[in-house]
Amino acid sequence: MIAIVDYGMGNLFSIYNAFLKVGGDPEIKRDPEFGGAEGIVIPGVGSFGRCTERLRRFQEPLEERITEGTPVLGICIGMQVMLDESEESPGARGFGWIPGRVVRLPESVTVPQMGWNSLEIKKGMELLDGISPGDMFYFVHSYHCIPYDQRVVAASTHYGVELAAVVAKDNIYGTQFHPEKSGPKGLRILENFVRMVRC
Amino acid sequence: MLARRIIPCLDCDLGVPNGRVVKGIEFKQIRYAGVPWELATRYYEDGADEIVFLDITASHERRATMFDVIKKTSEHVFVPLTVGGGISSLEDARNAFNAGADKVTVNTAALRRPELIREISESYGSQAVVVAIDAKRRYQDLDGRITINTESGRCWFECSYYGGRRFTGVDALAWARRVEELGAGEILLTSMDRDGTYDGFDIELTDAVSRMVRIPVIASGGCASPEHMYEVFRRTDASAALAASIFHFNQWSIRDCKRYLHERGINVRITD
Repeated sequence: MIAIVDYGMGNLFSIYNAFLKVGGDPEIKRDPEFGGAEGIVIPGVGSFGRCTERLRRFQEPLEERITEGTPVLGICIGMQVMLDESEESPGARGFGWIPGRVVRLPESVTVPQMGWNSLEIKKGMELLDGISPGDMFYFVHSYHCIPYDQRVVAASTHYGVELAAVVAKDNIYGTQFHPEKSGPKGLRILENFVRMVRC
Repeated sequence: MLARRIIPCLDCDLGVPNGRVVKGIEFKQIRYAGVPWELATRYYEDGADEIVFLDITASHERRATMFDVIKKTSEHVFVPLTVGGGISSLEDARNAFNAGADKVTVNTAALRRPELIREISESYGSQAVVVAIDAKRRYQDLDGRITINTESGRCWFECSYYGGRRFTGVDALAWARRVEELGAGEILLTSMDRDGTYDGFDIELTDAVSRMVRIPVIASGGCASPEHMYEVFRRTDASAALAASIFHFNQWSIRDCKRYLHERGINVRITD
């Protein structure tokens, strides 16, 4: 079973349907109880400050599961909250699972980045099985992650700057784009995640 | 680099269970094209970058039907879904998002009460608000208007609402700039002179609006072939091309259109 964390920031239909489609047996979790979850997904909606505030009560149970080795996947803001802090909400504290900060996209480009952009793969890994350089994914964001240890960046994309599109650190994963809105290639990433949590 | 998008548009009559997709010519004559969620799924599998549903029904029951259409579609379609037609309040927008829409388009209600754009944008983010502008060329009364020089003379563009049935006197170029300030994330720009004509996009209009704003502009109205898409991408900064009839009636597949564009150096998302 894949647990989808519902922290009250909007509908989770598409992410639920996407996991259903790839055989992930999804369940939406409004309470921080992850019994039976083989993998956990933190979806991304809203601002960094609101998300970290609403996710706070999930933090301890999530960290327990991470320590036990359960794979966790953050999507968009759900990935950004895994870092320490964000320019979007000064003072708000992220989970700090991946040391780093979240900064605004550069002035030189239209913000938000909205649309399909391609990946540059930095690190082959199971989550990216079947994904080739140049495959496109759907991005909607105004801020991007800068992990202090760049080795956690598994794939990047170019939009004014080269930015982290996929991060991976032990059993913690994140995508800046929305795999659930990225067509068959996005579904492939979710399918990979489902396969990984079952081994 | 961001890819240029190809977006099929489904004009939906929701007066029957499951709704029906129809296509009008110059906003008038109507022809049946299919069941909304089935067509949406076919386009998704064919490589659509996004799907737009426009509700052209004027009845009240339509809301529940649109909810069903979006819900059913989102079980099969994994690209962004946009819903428009008759969205006149923050509550309407909320209903669309709750049904699974990623974006809403507003036209009439925004012209009547521009603050609606700001309200939706503040609640759901600017990426969730698309302002639809239906623009018609006017070659007279140029004073005080933002005008451009076209091959057929100097003109301004007038915004229409109520599905093209009424005119507002509002200058479309000035309105484009205003909606950006109000928090719109995108402009869906339809040329009323070209819609349903199969003569190609209004390049001059699309170029003028693209230069006026920094937010993405979706070109719409008149597309009948991949050549038309190529022209609008080559000659303007439009970030997407929207079309209906050419896909509905099997004249061109989305896949073939994208291949055509890709071969000519336009950056599009190619699917297997």
